[in-house]
Amino acid sequence: MTPELGNFALILGLCMSLVLATFPLIGSINNTPGWIALARPAAWGQFFFVAISFAVLVNAFISNDFSVLYVAQNGNTQLPLIYKVSAVWGAHEGSLLLWALILSGWTVAVSLFNRALPPEVVARVLSVMGMVSIGFLSFLLFTSNPFDRVFPVPLEGGDLNPLLQDFGLAVHPPMLYMGYVGMSVAFSFAIAALIGGKLDAAWARWSRPWTMVAWVFLTIGITLGSWWAYYELGWGGWWFWDPVENASFMPWLAATALIHSLAVTEKRGAFKRWTVLLALLAFSLSLLGTFLVRSGVLTSVHSFAADPARGLFILIFLCLVIGGSLALYAWRAPNVSSGGGFDLLSRETLLLGNNLLLVVITAFILLGTLAPLIYEALGWGKISVGFPWFTTMFVIFTPLLVIIMGMGPLSRWKKQDPGDLARQLRGALLLSVAAGVLMALPVFHDGNIWAGLAVLLAVWLLSSLVLSLRQRYRYRKGLAGMLRDLGARGSGSYYGMLLAHLGVAVFAIGVTFVSQFDIEKDIRMSPGQTVELGGHTFRFDGVESVPGPNYRADRGTIHVFKGGDEVAVLHPEKRAYLVQTKPMTEAGIDAGFTRDIYVSLGESLGGGDWSLRLYYKPFVRWIWLGGILIALGGLLAATDKRYRMAMVPGTAPAPAVTKRLATESSR
Amino acid sequence: MTRYLRYLVPLAIFIVLAAFLYRGLSIDPKRVPSPLIGKPMPAFSLPRLQDPAATLGNTDLTGKVSILNIWATWCVSCRAEHEVLLLLARTGKVDIYGLNYKDERPKAQQWLTQLGNPYVANAFDADGRVGIDWGVYGAPETFIMDKQGIIRHKHIGPITVDDLNNEILPLIAQLQATP
Repeated sequence: MTPELGNFALILGLCMSLVLATFPLIGSINNTPGWIALARPAAWGQFFFVAISFAVLVNAFISNDFSVLYVAQNGNTQLPLIYKVSAVWGAHEGSLLLWALILSGWTVAVSLFNRALPPEVVARVLSVMGMVSIGFLSFLLFTSNPFDRVFPVPLEGGDLNPLLQDFGLAVHPPMLYMGYVGMSVAFSFAIAALIGGKLDAAWARWSRPWTMVAWVFLTIGITLGSWWAYYELGWGGWWFWDPVENASFMPWLAATALIHSLAVTEKRGAFKRWTVLLALLAFSLSLLGTFLVRSGVLTSVHSFAADPARGLFILIFLCLVIGGSLALYAWRAPNVSSGGGFDLLSRETLLLGNNLLLVVITAFILLGTLAPLIYEALGWGKISVGFPWFTTMFVIFTPLLVIIMGMGPLSRWKKQDPGDLARQLRGALLLSVAAGVLMALPVFHDGNIWAGLAVLLAVWLLSSLVLSLRQRYRYRKGLAGMLRDLGARGSGSYYGMLLAHLGVAVFAIGVTFVSQFDIEKDIRMSPGQTVELGGHTFRFDGVESVPGPNYRADRGTIHVFKGGDEVAVLHPEKRAYLVQTKPMTEAGIDAGFTRDIYVSLGESLGGGDWSLRLYYKPFVRWIWLGGILIALGGLLAATDKRYRMAMVPGTAPAPAVTKRLATESSR
Repeated sequence: MTRYLRYLVPLAIFIVLAAFLYRGLSIDPKRVPSPLIGKPMPAFSLPRLQDPAATLGNTDLTGKVSILNIWATWCVSCRAEHEVLLLLARTGKVDIYGLNYKDERPKAQQWLTQLGNPYVANAFDADGRVGIDWGVYGAPETFIMDKQGIIRHKHIGPITVDDLNNEILPLIAQLQATP
């Protein structure tokens, strides 16, 4: 397959997206069935051609075709096969092509799984996705073509950035992009609803499973990225508030607000405008992330090669998509009727509270991320916004969020008697405060107020989940009833919610404990020397040189003992990659449920001595365990039976809500 | 009317944001002004690269307009910059000194033999201590000092021919003109 074939397929893909973006939309407005019917074949055609284009690029990497500039820059004959494939998305052009492929994949998925929806609605949704696709495909073709040739053809490629030669990072971008791009589905549903002028519960029900799945991918992507940073960057951090990390976290927060808000819109018909706005916001933030990463306006460890022409292109695209959709919103939203009313205390208000907090946190992160840019644009000089800003904000807002999270699942829709809720949660409050105080006082260890707060919140959340389960147990008349009920409608959503909220509790413990109780030591060690840290003894047994497939490594050996017993043998490495001569650290980690032992190799100090960095990190695994639980919860919710029923013709259920049902079934 | 206005708020926020982003495109975020500019150069005294017995220090650089270029053989951009430094040296308008940063002596000597030597002299900063005093966080970096030994300019990253013509040569001419 020649690279020109890939280029040509990309052009054909763009043609398909042009068809997709125009005819079905116009047809849906003029009610021309023939034009509406074009949506599916155009979506399929687009996917077909973009997939061919992607396959050509993958093939170019596997076959070491260095006549393609992009391959010459990022490929290498010595690269292991898996990294030859992942090198496709290792830099700007290829990752953009992956983005376009995933977008056309989501488009096909929407055309497949929504056969029960009115054809004009599907046509509009696909059309909007086609418009987004036009933007990305022309961005590829006009500014970032991965198929550009180079002459003379180099004999060897420039190699993939060693940082990216790692399994975690091979799968991190596809997951993240699945999430980012998945947000375009909710966005397209929202735009289609705005165009149609019908913002009812139906569009919320239709877009809920899509949003949920995209959100799950985003959760997995972010968790993977954080895990990778932890073991690969060599200093034990797991989140850096880097602009690009923030760029992935902001859409996640907005999407989290969105999945909660969609629930309210579907079940109660309330928050219609707000939900639409969140759907626009979630995808807009995904696009903004793309701009920040690829335009070079902010410095970041993740930045792709910056090019102002590309930046300008994305900015114009951003203005068209976000500006256009917000203008459409401003035009259509005033005519939307307000939905079902609710009391001052009800599940609706609690969910609204959660939504507002999530949006406020998003706004603060956005402000913190763009602050350097805003400062400089206004001529106020340089600033850097670091950990303090983000941490302070997080410490202020997340506890509120968790408090509301504890109340939400137990409250009723429409109207909640405050006394009743207080009676239910009295025990939980006592228990959590007791646990928190115990943790804050120097009973088991050095007292720590932050750890106390984290434990308080986690116990609060946990006990509210237990209370909710008990409530369900009573309604279902015992365990047998609950088991019978497992496959029923709404059940997946409910247990998914429990799991995801449990994940938040686990995450909170992990974050707080590792930030409060971790111990680290920078030390010079001679072979045979021992050192104590966090109740463990570390013995350094020297460094030897070992060859890798495309690098040489200095590999250290450290034996870790606890109370005389050997706990682990760690082999931190320092690698010198042969092509890109960057030194890379590979930490030696002994992972455990309640603690990690983490060793990274520093510099050789001569005479067999090395500088070493030793860490004892309590509960650090809980951070990612929380992320996994949250993702699993989302997955469970997305597979809820009622969405499948909604996809079969004729059985789309009306959002029946009775007071009794409301308390038992959750989101 | 006001009923409609509040729905325009999201759009308005976005327009402000987009304006900042547009402005951001023409700003280089990597340009960090050095706190050393306008201050006397930090004192140092290091063995010379070519002759370890002799030393090179800040006193050697004062009394004339001078350039201190931080470079290393492990730095790929330095290789690209080297051509430009040779060009600048050939103009004879300024003395270029080098700070060979965290490097190995034989490699650095070989580099100068192979690629040509634009430097009047090089200081050999094996462990990067002097680099720390100068606020170096990567090679190449280039400092321009006036006749009093005050740092007047810092260039981060490789000097291109454009930089040479548009920034560096005019500044040198200006500094040479003042007593």
